[in-house]
Amino acid sequence: MAYEDKLRPQSSSMLRITGGKVYDPANDIHGEIRDICVSNGRIVADVAGGRTIDATGMIVFPGGVDVHTHVAGAALNFARAMIPEDHRRHPPYVRNERHRGGIGGATPTTYVTGYLYAGMGWTTVNEAAVPILSARHTHEELRDTPIVDKSCCVLMANNEILLDLLEAGEIERARHVAAWQIWAAKAYGVKAVNPGGVAAWKWGKDAKELFEPVPGYHKVTPAQIITALAGIVDDLGLPHPLHLHCNNLGAPGNYKTTLETMKVLEGKRAHLAHLQYHAYGGDDWFTMRSQSAEVADYFNAHPNFTTDAGAVLFGDTVTITADGPWQHLLYKLTGRKWGNLDVENETGCGIVPYVYKEKNLVNAVQWAVGLELLLLINDPWRIFLTTDHPNGAAFWRYPEILQLLMDVNFRREQLKKLPPKALKRIVLPELDRQYTLSEVAVITSAGPARALGLPHKGHLGIGADADVAIFNDSKDIARMFAYPRYVIKGGEVVLEEGEIRQIVQGRGFVVQPVYDKKIEDYIRPLFQQYYTVSFDNYPVEMERLENPDIRPCKPGEGNSRTE
Amino acid sequence: MNMTRLTLKGPPPVPLEAEVLSPDVIASLRHDALAALPVFLGKRQRRLDDFFTIEGDGSDHLEIHGDMERVKWIGRGMTRGQITIIGNAGMHLGAFMKGGTIEVHGNAADWVGAEMTGGLIHIHGDAGGQIGAAYRGSLSGMNGGVILIEGSAGTEIGMRMRRGLLAVKGPVRDFAGLQMKGGTLFLLGGAELRTGAWMVRGTIVCLKPLTLLPTFNYACTYKPVFLRLYTRRLKELGFSVPSQLDVGSYRRYSGDAAVPGKGEILVGQP
Repeated sequence: MAYEDKLRPQSSSMLRITGGKVYDPANDIHGEIRDICVSNGRIVADVAGGRTIDATGMIVFPGGVDVHTHVAGAALNFARAMIPEDHRRHPPYVRNERHRGGIGGATPTTYVTGYLYAGMGWTTVNEAAVPILSARHTHEELRDTPIVDKSCCVLMANNEILLDLLEAGEIERARHVAAWQIWAAKAYGVKAVNPGGVAAWKWGKDAKELFEPVPGYHKVTPAQIITALAGIVDDLGLPHPLHLHCNNLGAPGNYKTTLETMKVLEGKRAHLAHLQYHAYGGDDWFTMRSQSAEVADYFNAHPNFTTDAGAVLFGDTVTITADGPWQHLLYKLTGRKWGNLDVENETGCGIVPYVYKEKNLVNAVQWAVGLELLLLINDPWRIFLTTDHPNGAAFWRYPEILQLLMDVNFRREQLKKLPPKALKRIVLPELDRQYTLSEVAVITSAGPARALGLPHKGHLGIGADADVAIFNDSKDIARMFAYPRYVIKGGEVVLEEGEIRQIVQGRGFVVQPVYDKKIEDYIRPLFQQYYTVSFDNYPVEMERLENPDIRPCKPGEGNSRTE
Repeated sequence: MNMTRLTLKGPPPVPLEAEVLSPDVIASLRHDALAALPVFLGKRQRRLDDFFTIEGDGSDHLEIHGDMERVKWIGRGMTRGQITIIGNAGMHLGAFMKGGTIEVHGNAADWVGAEMTGGLIHIHGDAGGQIGAAYRGSLSGMNGGVILIEGSAGTEIGMRMRRGLLAVKGPVRDFAGLQMKGGTLFLLGGAELRTGAWMVRGTIVCLKPLTLLPTFNYACTYKPVFLRLYTRRLKELGFSVPSQLDVGSYRRYSGDAAVPGKGEILVGQP
């Protein structure tokens, strides 16, 4: 069976969506009234028979694609346990004959995560940080996350086996180890979080300087880790470039590190995660200001990068990241709860519940920086809508951000609520740009699908997966995007008139990069020496994934290289 | 004054969750609508009249008779009116309450007035633990209002309370005022161990000798004037207090230095 056929969803429904204003920027369609036909779970040219949805007066989008979110795994479960007060604040999702029960809030339970994403027209999610050791758990939670298609990125920039190889200059062997680890985790991409910093955190230290050796090592620096991993990802031909959480996240003045990181990556493709958290100026919390213009200028001039906003919205949430040292600092700043996890030899994790307050100067700057980046980066195909769920805000608040992007008057009203001091430290008041519906379709679907290397997602051309969101064409932007009229996933109508009507199971995207099988002879003794888990129990079995789709790798091509 | 009278037909076999028993919910309802209000027996939804005999239409004054030991969440989040319970009350009585009055002529279980922000709860018998406390995970417990308990109370009363007044006439158990952030806690019958542990602000007044944590430092012995105001207020609310409360001298301890905190514990001198 051809690979593309394997991708084909199993639905046999036929469907015609007629009369809707279609926004499909990947196929250069911007608000044209035309029919969309669906058969066997895919978009087709025409269909005879089946159901017809009259979408007159509505807009038709490809299903949303979240390039960076945290919806499953040990860290998220830890966060769920840490914030029972948040669960109480939000109404429970009560079980009925169509769907199962659960809780919402900042960290929805697995089933509810699927319902909430589908409930606002998003049909593909990328879980952005998975340690190999907890990949099995993550895949089991993703299995229980219905409707949406899933992929995940495996954490590597603090893996001690890899760091030791980089220290010894054994790049070739590191590539085989990385490929083995990607397949062991059944991952789709590679994530680097605070390269070297999380490994250093195990000794209470951090890696703040890109060109200084990581504490505990003599030679290897964060810059070397970044370039090596970006090179390995390109060499292996993974569909998605290195997914990079830069060093010094959240710290005032960190835009310099971000610019240096981009320079280090000259000529290599990379996806810079949650850029909002990496575009701050100032010397300390009292002088912190936005430096989004400088970051955006550099980014605009370098097409080898994509990014996601990691925007912040005011309110309660919980922050979860593998960046342990940052989370310790955040805990010290807030004095609230703090969770810290060590994942032996691989990474770590910190969890801190947090409230972004409108009247807090730092939070106000953060709120503005996320929006500024979305407005200052010219090419919507290279910046995508995320909140780094749940770090900046829960994903189900995306429609609020869309309203801020599409309505400059609304944005100005919100700016009036910020502390006057904050207005002097941001550039948002000067920005008049308003997103069009086509641009929204790019940052929420077409762009992230292309960056993830998923050619059958993010568009409504013939042969694409029939993932479609149909919204009322309304002036109330936030409401329009929060409550789609219809959501079609893989050709099945899963949401209609605000209600989940059908539960379908999504797919799990995986890559199987090529590696020398003999690399296991090198890795096995290291497990006996350093790990508490045995080598044979380490890799995730394929049967842990429901509906796995193995994406082909194209070594040396970098098949999602941005244009 | 118009009154709605409910009588429990018999103890439910498993806990009954009845947060509809609140003046905010019932005040505007006719008898039929009142009878049909949903309550949860375990996970099963039932009607209110499956468990209660109901007399009269809805009103701002709800009088409930019977042993409600297994009836939870009475008066949850109420903002006005009065609930009088002739008998015992179950867990979470008056939780999240914002206003109005609850009076219990019997005992109450755990979590009375948890995270309340206003109103008055008066228990004429004993109460359980976590009175006026923060629910697990929440930053703050009661943030206003008054809770008066004529009998004894359990562990962790006033846990993480931020504002308000909590007075217990009988003895209380361990961890009274745990992680207290403000407000005033009267322990007229003494307390067991670790009173005020991790408190950062607020005042605990105890009329019996107290075994204090070593992280509380003796500051001085004095006669606090503000206690006269509290004594007057408690008497106005129908809560009799010994004369020692406003005229006696107190040893003042500050802490908990383990946090470190700026709370105070006043221990009455005989």
